Amino acid sequence: MTTEVIRQDDVVIRFAGDSGDGMQITGNQFTDTTAKVGNDLATFPDFPSEIRAPAGTRPGVSGFQIHFSSSEIFTPGDGPDVLVAMNPAALVVNIGDLKPGGVVVVNTGSFTDKDLEKAKCATNPLEDGTLNGYRVIEIDINARVEEALKDSPLTKKDVLRCKNFYTLGLMYWLFSRPMEPTLDWLAAKFKGKQELIDANQTALKAGYASGDIHEMFQGRYEVAPRSDSQPGMYRNIMGNEALALGLAAGAHLAELELFLGSYPITPATDILQHLAKLKNHGVVTMQMEDEIAGICTALGGSFAGKLGVTTTSGPGLALKGEAIGLAVMTELPLVIVDVQRAGPSTGMPTKVEQADLLQSVYGRNSEAPVPVLACSHPGDAFDCAVEACRIAVEYMTPVILLSDNYIANGAEPWLLPDLDKLPRFPVTRPVASDEPFLPYKRDAKLARPWAVPGVAGLEHRIGGLEKEDLTGNVSYDADNHQKMVQYRQDKVLGIADSIPTPEVYGADNGLLVIGWGSTYGAIRSAVEKPAEPGQPVAHLHLRHIWPFPKGLSEIFARYDQILVPELNMGQLAKMLQSEYPEFRFQTYDKVKGKPFTAFELREKITAMLEVVR
Amino acid sequence: MNPVELKPKDLKSDQEVRWCPGCGDYSILNSAQAVLAELGIPREKMCMISGIGCSSRFPYYMNTYGFHSIHGRALAIATGTKTANPELSVWVATGDGDCMSIGGNHFIHTLRRNVDLKILMFNNRIYGLTKGQYSPTTPQGQVTKTSPYGAVDAPFNPIELALGAGATFVARTVDTQPKHMKEVLKAAAEHKGTAFVEIWQNCVIFNDGAFKDMTTKDVRDDALVDMVPGQPLVFGKEREKGLQMSCGEAKVVPAAEADVWACDADSPVKAFTMASLDSRADLPTALGVFRAVQKPIFDEQVNAQVAMVTAKKGKGTLKDLIYTSDAWQVG
Repeated sequence: MTTEVIRQDDVVIRFAGDSGDGMQITGNQFTDTTAKVGNDLATFPDFPSEIRAPAGTRPGVSGFQIHFSSSEIFTPGDGPDVLVAMNPAALVVNIGDLKPGGVVVVNTGSFTDKDLEKAKCATNPLEDGTLNGYRVIEIDINARVEEALKDSPLTKKDVLRCKNFYTLGLMYWLFSRPMEPTLDWLAAKFKGKQELIDANQTALKAGYASGDIHEMFQGRYEVAPRSDSQPGMYRNIMGNEALALGLAAGAHLAELELFLGSYPITPATDILQHLAKLKNHGVVTMQMEDEIAGICTALGGSFAGKLGVTTTSGPGLALKGEAIGLAVMTELPLVIVDVQRAGPSTGMPTKVEQADLLQSVYGRNSEAPVPVLACSHPGDAFDCAVEACRIAVEYMTPVILLSDNYIANGAEPWLLPDLDKLPRFPVTRPVASDEPFLPYKRDAKLARPWAVPGVAGLEHRIGGLEKEDLTGNVSYDADNHQKMVQYRQDKVLGIADSIPTPEVYGADNGLLVIGWGSTYGAIRSAVEKPAEPGQPVAHLHLRHIWPFPKGLSEIFARYDQILVPELNMGQLAKMLQSEYPEFRFQTYDKVKGKPFTAFELREKITAMLEVVR
Repeated sequence: MNPVELKPKDLKSDQEVRWCPGCGDYSILNSAQAVLAELGIPREKMCMISGIGCSSRFPYYMNTYGFHSIHGRALAIATGTKTANPELSVWVATGDGDCMSIGGNHFIHTLRRNVDLKILMFNNRIYGLTKGQYSPTTPQGQVTKTSPYGAVDAPFNPIELALGAGATFVARTVDTQPKHMKEVLKAAAEHKGTAFVEIWQNCVIFNDGAFKDMTTKDVRDDALVDMVPGQPLVFGKEREKGLQMSCGEAKVVPAAEADVWACDADSPVKAFTMASLDSRADLPTALGVFRAVQKPIFDEQVNAQVAMVTAKKGKGTLKDLIYTSDAWQVG
């Protein structure tokens, strides 16, 4: 029997099941294998905040979408071409996103009356017309797995837990992926538990074989590796891991030891977990009693000469506000990472939003300027973390680095940086002399010297009370306060001298789309392939948000219209409008806990261009 | 490291001390400077860290490294500084509001971790810097600016709180007894691990005489019992009375029958018993060292883990960090 091979440039698959079905593992395995095959890829895990919501219910549905391609891609794709639904809840929650004519693979073994009831389905979506217009592949995966593992010593319950690997095997067959990386991963993962290795490997192979045997599909797909990849070494990386590596790398580049004080919070906890493993890089991690202790410990570490870092999400950033002010006043280096999530308050902790921008830039008592930058995709999180460390130590300042849920949990192939090209910013310590030490004497960048306890002759006191210029003694002098407020502001604004003017992608007139953070991919996709070829549209992405880079006015002046799509109610637009009042910044807000799709941005762009016509 | 000889004046900074005339803080500052000068530690290895409140001005007056931070957070900052550089001798000056109220969480967690810090808690049972509001140690019923009809809150007993949080060194002294204070501070300095010292401190402006029922010359012999390790628990003008403990209760006995004090017992029960005397009108209140035991020290262990992993895996380089074994070559 020969099976037709259908060549595709790119494919989007979504795995959806109960949060206990192992969909995230399935997705991550497909991702790792696909990265090794050499495709470009982007992923979007979407899971509930409950660890195990009631089984089979709609709130318990966990999804993992992967977009992979033979050419460069920027997003996990708008809607899937192929949806794998492990139960009725997963089917009804996700079917609306499936592209017209798309393939839906359904595990009919989980469509009993009881399953339908749990998913609150009055009728069976397999029979009631819900799936009209799609190509439906019905497989009783439960029965197939039980059959494949009939000789396994595992209990029936444990046998059924292997169904995600059966499903993965089937998808490997359908998309012509090798099984070896996952077979190896299983062997390592369950080392010492041979029956689990055997069962999961058998399920994977059975799923793969079923593609050949059962003739369910019209053919197999082949998505060729990227031929235009930049040569070099690659790793498949998720945003939080890249950020952790960037922080550790930043410490290496500053020739300092990283000192993390943190408190677990979704979706930032992974960074603490990753860094906790890097002790042989001199990294100290301390899981403190609360968010405030996290940042204060880090600041105490910076005072002692380490590179202090704290990691959190929006609610934690709010708690850290006063201590950030202390870092502003004491002018100590500190990197504060906020992996944003949907809010306010506890909000939707596992969903994406980028609404902490104003909190980051302005959210402290009094005049407390802090530089703010944001990463745009998993690989960029590494570079931004290094950049945050550079600014912190070169300017003796706290720095806020914004990431978000979408970047944190998304994965992509990461071209490993050329170590010789990474910036190096070793710290120069002051040395004692016959002159009295002046802890607030500034250099050309307005940064003060970083003297650390233990060095004779440099004993000094710092603190949250206003400092006298040069000596750092407590001062209530009116003119001194004005001067110090101005120094702190000028120092932060002066960071703009050390950052490049961002490049504009696309047309040099017409409509400029400005983005920051994780909307990068969707905006770039929409601008790269606009709805109508030749539409005059360009993309400006801002990595440094405070201070803004220089040269933006000149860029804005070239365009008739400026659009600022954001996953908030127009926060960057508000800042731009205030800093560049001569231009008009149109907002395009989305606060659904979901990223922009390239499709909706294309529509918005087209609508704006039509108005002008 | 050779012991360094310092005089108390070597530890005085050039800043003018700005506490109210007659404030108990002066006595604490003098005693601390005297004790610290005798430790054989060079000035540059000393680090004074504080939060907010009258007590927290302390670092400005010490010619050492110092960090005057924000309200309640001194212990979190000090935990960072000490863990980042365990060679430093890190002291925290704090008050009853700073330490027991806004900083209460950091207080209990610092004690359970046993970070090698010396905590001097100036307890004046009032908020002084904000001008006279009741604090977590103000007795119930006391009239203050925010309790015009008497404080409703039940106060903390700082010693019991510290013991309950697993503190390895707990002591109490009083600003009017500098000799006693120096002995207690010296014992705290010599303790490896968190040392918590409650110092009764008189606020002449907002809570004058808060401790006078126990500390004035005419009453103190009967109202206080000094716990001296290895010595019987005796008190009274002629040191004629003693304390005996059984089943968590203390009773007065003739001096000859008094228990001999041991602060290094495995069980904290006797320390709790002595702390509980605070609420007994019929028994003296205890000063001195309630508890001094050895347990693993947080900052040492954190750094030992780093050393252990580094010895096992080798010192990580930038290349090891980024170019891991799961990387693959393209092109």
